Parts: sequence; C-alpha cells; structure tokens
Amino acid sequence: MPKGKIVIDKERCKGCGLCLAFCAQDVLAYSTEYNQSGYNIIWVKEPERCIGCAFCAQACPDIAIEVYREKKPKQGK
Amino acid sequence: MAEAGIRAGCRAYFGYPITPQNELLEYMAAHMPKVGGIFIQAESEVAAINMCYGASAAGARTMTSSSSPGISLKMEGISYLAGADLPTVLINVVRGGPGLGNIAPAQGDYFQATKGGGHGDYRMIVLAPATIPESIELVMLAFELADRYRVPVMVLADGMLGQMMEPVLFPEPVDPAALPAKPWAITGARGRRPNRISSYFLDPAELSARNVKRQRRYQQIEEQEIRYEEHETADATLVVAAYGSVARIARTAVRMARSEGIKLGLLRPITVWPFPYSPLRALSRRVDAILTVEMNAGQMVEDVRLAVAERAETPFYGKLGGLVPTPKDILREVKRYAS
Amino acid sequence: MPVNAKSMVKVFERPKSLTDVQFTYCPGCHHGLVTRIIAHTIDELGLQERTVVVAPVGCSVSMYEWFHFDGIQASHGRACAVATGIKRVNPHLIVFTYQGDGDLAAIGTAESIHAANRGENITVVFINNQIYGMTGGQMAPTTLIGQWATSCPTGRDPALAGYPIRFAEIVAQLDAPVYVTRQSLYDQKRIMATKRAIKKAFQYQVEDKGYSLVEILANCPTNWRMSPVETNRRLADEVVKSYPLGDLVDRV
Repeated sequence: MPKGKIVIDKERCKGCGLCLAFCAQDVLAYSTEYNQSGYNIIWVKEPERCIGCAFCAQACPDIAIEVYREKKPKQGK
Repeated sequence: MAEAGIRAGCRAYFGYPITPQNELLEYMAAHMPKVGGIFIQAESEVAAINMCYGASAAGARTMTSSSSPGISLKMEGISYLAGADLPTVLINVVRGGPGLGNIAPAQGDYFQATKGGGHGDYRMIVLAPATIPESIELVMLAFELADRYRVPVMVLADGMLGQMMEPVLFPEPVDPAALPAKPWAITGARGRRPNRISSYFLDPAELSARNVKRQRRYQQIEEQEIRYEEHETADATLVVAAYGSVARIARTAVRMARSEGIKLGLLRPITVWPFPYSPLRALSRRVDAILTVEMNAGQMVEDVRLAVAERAETPFYGKLGGLVPTPKDILREVKRYAS
Repeated sequence: MPVNAKSMVKVFERPKSLTDVQFTYCPGCHHGLVTRIIAHTIDELGLQERTVVVAPVGCSVSMYEWFHFDGIQASHGRACAVATGIKRVNPHLIVFTYQGDGDLAAIGTAESIHAANRGENITVVFINNQIYGMTGGQMAPTTLIGQWATSCPTGRDPALAGYPIRFAEIVAQLDAPVYVTRQSLYDQKRIMATKRAIKKAFQYQVEDKGYSLVEILANCPTNWRMSPVETNRRLADEVVKSYPLGDLVDRV
C-alpha cells in the first residue's frame, strides 16, 4: 500500500512539468492525453512510489494537485 | 473650499503643493485631523488622485485639489475613477498656461475639464463658482452629485477666486456616518460576495455594456443637473456669456451698458458640464448677438456656438496669459454689436 | 477515483480563499505559485473576510478574480497609492498590493518608495521576473546585464539602459519599513521560505507593525524562452547573483 496518493485535476493541468521535476520519487510522467485546453497533461505513472510529501502540489502553479497521506504519519504542509 | 469639503463629510484629502491653491492643502493639513479625517501630502498629483481612487473605493468621501499643471497629471486617474464608477471631488484653481505658465487667474482648462482630458468616453460634472460663498455651496453640491451619480466632480475655480477673501455663511456640517451606505465599496467580503472595483474588461461586449450604462447616467445628469443664472436678459438685445470670475466682471459691464441705454444681459453657466445649451438657444431667438468672454483663447465659445448656431452672432472676446478683462473692455466689445 | 477514506487523509488542497477561476498565466509561471501561497496564508491566518488585493497592470492584472475576497484594480504603477487610500480609510482591512517589476520599479517607483517611506501598514508582494511579461517580453529595470529582451535585442547594455535595480535594498535604506525580504521559488526549500516570508509579512500587518515588502525572484518561461524547469535553473544559478536572497530588514 503506498504511503501517499495524489489526484491531478486534468483540466487545470497545463503540462508545465514542474511537478515532475519536484517529485523525488519519480511517480509522475507526461501522459499521452490532452485536456480541453490542448495541454499534454501529467499523470501518476508510478502510484506505488508516492509518499504523499506534497512537493509536487506545492510546486504546481495552477494548484491542480491534491495530496493524501496515510492517517498515522505526522501532518505537514 | 476646504472647510466646505469637511462640512460635506469629506474625511480623506490627498494633495500636493502648487500655487495658487496651497492654502487649501494647508487648511486640510490643520483641520482634517481635528475631525478624525485623513490628510496626506502625496509625493505627486498622480499619487494623490490614486489615493483618492483607493479611499473612494473604501467608501469615504474624498477630495483632492490642484492647479492646471497638477490637474493634467491627474487626468489618467480621473479616467480610471470614471471607468470604475468611483465618486470623488477635485478642485482646480486654474492658472495661466499652457506649460508652467504663471500663477495668475485663467480659464484655459475648460476643454480639459468639460471635454475630457483623460482617455476614453467619460464625463465629469464641472461646477464653476463665481464667488467665494458660491464656491462653498458648489463644493457641498459636488460631494452630493459625486455620490448620487458615482462620478468624479470638479469644482473649476481660478487664480482670482483662489486668492480672494469674502465673508461666507457655512452650512450645517454633514455627518459622514449618516450618509447613504455604499454596498459596492471595498469593506471586506464579510457575509457578502466579494466586491471588485475595476475598469478592466477584456471582453468588448462587456466593456461596451458598461459604457452604455454609464452614458445613460450621463444623460440623466444632463436632464436633471444643469444650473445657470440669467441676469437682466428679459428685455436684452445683447447677451454676454461668461462663467466664474469673468461673469462677475460682466455684471458690471451690464450695469454700465444699461446706463448708456444698451439692453445688455448676462447668461452665466454654473455647471459647465452639463452645459446649459437650451437657455442659450432660447435667448438666441430674440437677441442680436451673444458675446462670449473668457480668460482663454476661446473654449466655452464653442459650446455657445453649438447652442446658438446661426440664430444670432456669437462673437468672442478673450484675454490670455493670466490677463483679466475689465468691465470697460467688455463694454467696448459689446458696443461693436449694439449699433 | 474515490479515495479510500479510512486510510488516507487529505494533506494538501486548493486554498479556500481562491475562487475556481482558471489562472490565465502561462504554463509553469511562478505567478500562480505566489497566488496560491498568498491564498494559503490568508486561510491560515483567517483573514478572508477582511483582506483586499490591489491588482497591478501586468500579467496579474485580473488577479482579483482569483481571490474570494474584495479586490480593486490600480492603474499601472499606482497600486501602492491606491492601497494607501484604502488602508487609511479602513485600517481594519488587510491590504496587499501584488506588483510586477515594471509596475513597482519602473512607472510606479515614486508611489512604491513613498508608501514604504510613510510606513503604510500594508504588505507589498513584488514579483521580480526581470521582464515585462504581459506586453511580450520587453526589458524591465530589473533585466540583467546582457539579458536578451525584445527592447534590448543585443542584450541589456548598461551604457544605454543602466543596471538591474535592487528594489528591496533601496527600500531597506528607509527608516519606516519593518520587514523587507527577497525570496525565490526555484526549489522546494525556496517555496517553503517564500511561504514563511509572506506569512510573516501578513502577520506583521495584522499586528499593525507597519510596512512590509516581499520581493520574489520569479520566472517567465514564455519571455525567457525557456521551459519552466530551465527557468528554475536560471534563477538558482544566475539571477540570484544579481539579487541576493534573504531578509534585509526585520525590525519587529
């Protein structure tokens, strides 16, 4: 079971790639999908590796990522 | 005029030193704090008008004052105030121009005030006092009209009025707390949807719609807020059209002319926007000529000609550079049309 | 995808004081990041009902549409004067301006410096991306020496256009400001530091301490003609050399 999980809002994502660069676990990658605005969006390629650190979400200029984490660990933003 | 502003409930004044209106700024510096109001001497007239913009947006009655060159610096701000439907009161104590000019009285800012010195389709109510007591009245009225129509209002005085002293009776002060609420103001979105004050509308259709709405308000002002004074025009065969200090001088010329058997009258616009076209049109049907007298190269005369068209002659007599016409000057001009 | 409610708790979401409006910024633009950081700060300090944003003219011109609180549009360069007017009339409001380098350090220099010198109790968020973004990439007062821009096509030449202006340092010379800092966003630590700086600036305003300026070295992928990831490298390796990071004034 992964310690963390993220949900990407496909329509907000502009495919800028910053979350990719900030993710320390190589969870993310460019998908083959395009949203309605024509952006090639990011997807969660390796969900198992996600630790819910929220680095990706903090780096996202369009706030397109929500982050979940296993209940027990310490809360942090 | 400063005291009138305070009595009108103005609690935020932003100014900058420029002769001939420094005394207004100095009065506000001394008296605004006494009523718990805001006084800032800004770093420029540009900053001052933008402080008015912010303070008006926050719901206060605001005022700024300057003289011709300073008013030019405020033009962008005035356009933004109009574009965001924000009320404020500006005093322009007009001086000799253009450029640095001098500090003598003049009326060379008529076009700038009434035809819009800033960009875009906007109007500004412009009130032109001829005496100190009247300027008190018009400052109080300016705040009333600014809030009622959500427009900037200018009181167009001149260097003579700026340096003059006359006994006045001050009306009872208005309590700012008793003024009607401004639900559109920036007061913090507490228990309501956020208020946004802006003149920025990328979509032409929306910007057009807002302009149309504003133009309707301007038409309402033109229908309801025109003010002027007619003096001895009932039996007049000749009329002088003049505003502000020049109108006072013209009254003496009327008396002198009448003593020589010349039936001269005077029409004095008090609101130079909205301009009193119809009374002038009515007069032009029964007088030979309407002589416009101004301290400039001929600006209000264009509005007089718009009103009169071919129905009567519309000669002009002007003094430039801060020179002031005398009653004799006006009488001499009138006589050229009296024969 | 439904989240398994039992085992997972949400630790990061959109700030409440943001509306749902999609940002008009280019992909990877730091403006969006700063907007989020401000909104999260306002949520955390519980200021949504008394905050007012004074928007500039520039890429963030319609920024008042992103926030779920009152906002006002200032003409180019005049945000600090507008903010002064608002704050003086209603000191209970938390007023902040959000301005680019053209708005604050070119046309608005006088208003920006004098609001600081008067010690207005406002917070100024200054986005320094060394270019005019909205208008298509012209040189700004903050453009680096030799940096290409559409109005200095052979690179900024100090003999013609002077040197990068360090506005935080200028404001730091004044007696009134209580907090003046320069931050950036090119890595996770900088993002967290920017968050702390913005929170401190707003906190000082809440406590009526006085004027605060947060200058943020930001990017402009479109007009730097780089990918967002490359802009972060440029900020970290080059831009910080001209604009050192850190607190310059913290008088509280």
